[in-house]
Amino acid sequence: MKTFDIKISFSIMGLLIILVGIFQSWGVALSILNLCLISAVMSMGVNIQWGFAGLINFGVMGFLAIGGLATVLVSVPPVFEAWSAGGMGILVSGVFIIAVVFLLFFINKKFNEYKYKNYLIFIIIILSIPLLKLISGPSISKIESINAATSGFLGGMNLPIIFSWFFGALLSASVAFVIGKVCLGLRSDYLAISTLLISGIIISIVKHEEWLSRGVKNVIGLKRPAPYEVDLQSADWFIRLVEFLNTSKLSRIFDITERQDLLSQLVISSSGIFVKLCFALIFLLVVCSLLYLSEKALRSPWGRMMRAIRDNEDAAKAMGKNVVKQHLFIFMLGSAIIGFAGAMLVTYDGLFTPSSYQPLRYTFLIWVMVLLGGTGNNYGAILGAFVVWFIWIQSAPFALYVINLFTSQLDETNAIKLHMINSIPYFRYLMMGLGLLVVMRYRPMGLLPEKVLRK
Amino acid sequence: MDFLNAIILISNFIIVPAITYGSQLALGAIGVTLIYGVLRFANFAYGDLMAFGTMVVILFTWFLQSKGISFGLLPTALLALPIGILFTIVISLFFDKTVFEYYREKKSNPVTFIVVSLGIMFVLNAVVRIIIGPNDINFMDGHKFIIKAREFKQLTGLNEGLAIKSTQVITLITTIITCSVLFYFLNKTKTGKSMRAYSDNEDLALLSGIDPKKIILLTWVIVSILATVAGTLYGLDKSFKPFTYFNNLLPIFAATIVGGIGNPMGAFYGGFLIAFSEIALTYAYKKFFKYLLPESLEPNTLIQFISTDYKFAISFSILVIVLIFRPNGIFKGKVI
Amino acid sequence: MYFSASKLTGGYGGVNIIEDCSFNVNKGEIVSILGPNGAGKSTAMKAMLGILELKNGEVFLDNQEITNFKTQDRIKLGISFVPQIKNIFTELTVEENLEMGAFLNEENIQNQIEKMFDLFPIIKEKRNQAAGELSGGQRQQVAIARALMTNPSVLMLDEPTAGVSPVIMDEIFEHILNIKKQNIAILMVEQNARQALEISDRGYILVTGKNAYEGNGDYLLNDKEIRKSFLGG
Repeated sequence: MKTFDIKISFSIMGLLIILVGIFQSWGVALSILNLCLISAVMSMGVNIQWGFAGLINFGVMGFLAIGGLATVLVSVPPVFEAWSAGGMGILVSGVFIIAVVFLLFFINKKFNEYKYKNYLIFIIIILSIPLLKLISGPSISKIESINAATSGFLGGMNLPIIFSWFFGALLSASVAFVIGKVCLGLRSDYLAISTLLISGIIISIVKHEEWLSRGVKNVIGLKRPAPYEVDLQSADWFIRLVEFLNTSKLSRIFDITERQDLLSQLVISSSGIFVKLCFALIFLLVVCSLLYLSEKALRSPWGRMMRAIRDNEDAAKAMGKNVVKQHLFIFMLGSAIIGFAGAMLVTYDGLFTPSSYQPLRYTFLIWVMVLLGGTGNNYGAILGAFVVWFIWIQSAPFALYVINLFTSQLDETNAIKLHMINSIPYFRYLMMGLGLLVVMRYRPMGLLPEKVLRK
Repeated sequence: MDFLNAIILISNFIIVPAITYGSQLALGAIGVTLIYGVLRFANFAYGDLMAFGTMVVILFTWFLQSKGISFGLLPTALLALPIGILFTIVISLFFDKTVFEYYREKKSNPVTFIVVSLGIMFVLNAVVRIIIGPNDINFMDGHKFIIKAREFKQLTGLNEGLAIKSTQVITLITTIITCSVLFYFLNKTKTGKSMRAYSDNEDLALLSGIDPKKIILLTWVIVSILATVAGTLYGLDKSFKPFTYFNNLLPIFAATIVGGIGNPMGAFYGGFLIAFSEIALTYAYKKFFKYLLPESLEPNTLIQFISTDYKFAISFSILVIVLIFRPNGIFKGKVI
Repeated sequence: MYFSASKLTGGYGGVNIIEDCSFNVNKGEIVSILGPNGAGKSTAMKAMLGILELKNGEVFLDNQEITNFKTQDRIKLGISFVPQIKNIFTELTVEENLEMGAFLNEENIQNQIEKMFDLFPIIKEKRNQAAGELSGGQRQQVAIARALMTNPSVLMLDEPTAGVSPVIMDEIFEHILNIKKQNIAILMVEQNARQALEISDRGYILVTGKNAYEGNGDYLLNDKEIRKSFLGG
């Protein structure tokens, strides 16, 4: 089968985004680019788990939400009132949870011979939940009642938000450790189902533990690693830069007030683009470093071992490789990258909305990216992220065009036509589904298949 | 008297809703389990197949209503059900022919099947939303209540009322009928037994002259019936919203695996187990204990194991616990 | 000859496992295919069943060429097969196993089941038990009974005594002798060569996919060279 060339496919992708810039607007083009880059990080995370190790993780949404939570925990200023009201109770509950988890692991390891081990673990879990509620309940209601409309939560550490990306990765990896310990021994389809369900549990925690995340009340106005538009618009150097870039346009206008008006307009529109450009540079840096590290890892002895384990687990076991340990490690690694991406996404959006996490968008769409792009190939994962996100965004205008084309005879107020136009947002699902089915059928290894690496 | 009140309280808030919800889950879970048993993959498009079937039922219900046809005391949707089933069968067979058959013949691994079922999930998701929209639709007509809480109180003179919606009774009766017919079919008829035989040992079934094409066709037919019935019952009882149907896939998977994937009887019990745990563990028992305990011992907290926010989390946790300790499900017994 | 195969050549993925193999069996006769591990015995049987694609060779049943028939069609013509492993429906009851065996028969299933219970009295007691719960020997009997349910004219057995104790082995061979009395052509692959030859009318010895020796049971049992190489002295 003919394979696409990496350079050509990425050039086409870049060209498409530039075309969007020319025909729609540069703001839209940069938004697409930025989300493509974030999605690329996500799909690389999934690709590490699925493509390199064959682990099927349908819990992407959960790890993204954990990354998102990390931005809140890191960047938001702490609410001291809330800490003094209920901080102690929360800390005690935290210690309690950790103690229970350690106890469970301890029992699981040491009581191997004990016949009723499982029942014991079960009883401990059942008992610990009401106990936890008893310990944390009063503190939680105290915290949530402080300035409920604006805060009502503990807040964070007031650190630069960029730290949260790493913290998100760390947090995701720790959660992945627990999930991995529990689930990685399962068969592939059970692993898929249970990770999907566990991500559902994570979302309901993030959604409902308001003392931690403000839950459905959302956290808005998060910090940024890039300048704010308002600051740019009043910054001398930026105005001069805009003036310089648009010299020819401005010089054609002789009236001073008109020229001033145009300049301020240009400054406003350019400030938005400039911010997005800053984000794009940061994201590009992330994607490139991840790609570099990931490619290096793939070619290292460790990468070879991982692929050996994926392709023949039994043989790898027979050669003395600790498959369980490696699986756990790679599960944590992939989840950390997904958590990192989750924090990036929330940072870019500037707000954390737990109720927006839905499996279709945040788990399965990422999977489509990986499968479409090429499992086991980092470039493929990135390309998949670009292609899928591009289609995801552009399918609405495309669908509108198609509908108008086919219903051009119909009246503007025709019920069917109006109905179709109203359902435009859902055509993207159709495109995704059909795209996935077609790729699985005719290019089962994706657009950029895994290369057989030879020394 | 207090004791009776306590019982009525529990019936009203736990037993009746759990039986209804459990029936809906059970029907769904049996469908998932049949697909797994015969076609050997976890079908992630099942929730959306349910939504599709229900959508057709709703459209046809509207059509009937516009013609002034109703089903008397019963919801019109029951009249539209056969049409919904028919369309669901057609679309299931269409996807089987165009998608699954190819991978079956190639003997692809289960993960490939899961992935293509994701593709179908996306497609069905879009089709349903494009045709009927993403919003909540209430299509229940006919008589709403068998007995209202207030009437019950007047009738019995108790403090607590027991409300029984007609959808709850319809759900239960339909489930009993559907499951009895299904289990009779699987256990007593030659075709049903051959389906179980195929699920148990494909190669030997071939050697016995069982035609796999027929078995697979039959499975899709049965699964489509179950999906449409379960979806319609759920929609009548609560309301129809495509996203909810997708989400219901998760407790259905939980019920399926808890009961032992591939085991219809297990899926049936699994559905009720999940439903009862979800409802019983999120119910606040304060009032219940107030009736039963002397005044001095009366509780001052809600006595709720976990908040209703975590309703879904319960089924997932049950599932995870079962997967870890008994990966083959808690019910030992027959694979279909 | 009632059921015969000649010059069978075939294998998997381009590699020939059997080459120019020929076998035949008449009604009321037991014929064993013997040979060392990896000689292609089971493959030869699969070739006769139509599970293996042949490069060369012909298969005849009752003077009708069936070389290009699908497995399912051969079964309809009265060829029945007992695989070596996974030869019962473990989750189905014993009686249901038998019913499935007669899936292609339209009538008289109950009669046939009773006949099987007469032939294998032990499994009658367990008729309502899941077949997977039975002991190894009983499972084997269920497996053979299932294959006989179609009222076949040819019964093919792939190592019917693999993994059972010597006592059970004798029992199973006893049953096979009883089946022979019903004028069925029996073709079996066996590891326990000596015991198999004792009940067989004729035998074939395969070596690396080719017919090495053939002849009636006594001849093969008594031939010095064969004894030394294949029957363990």
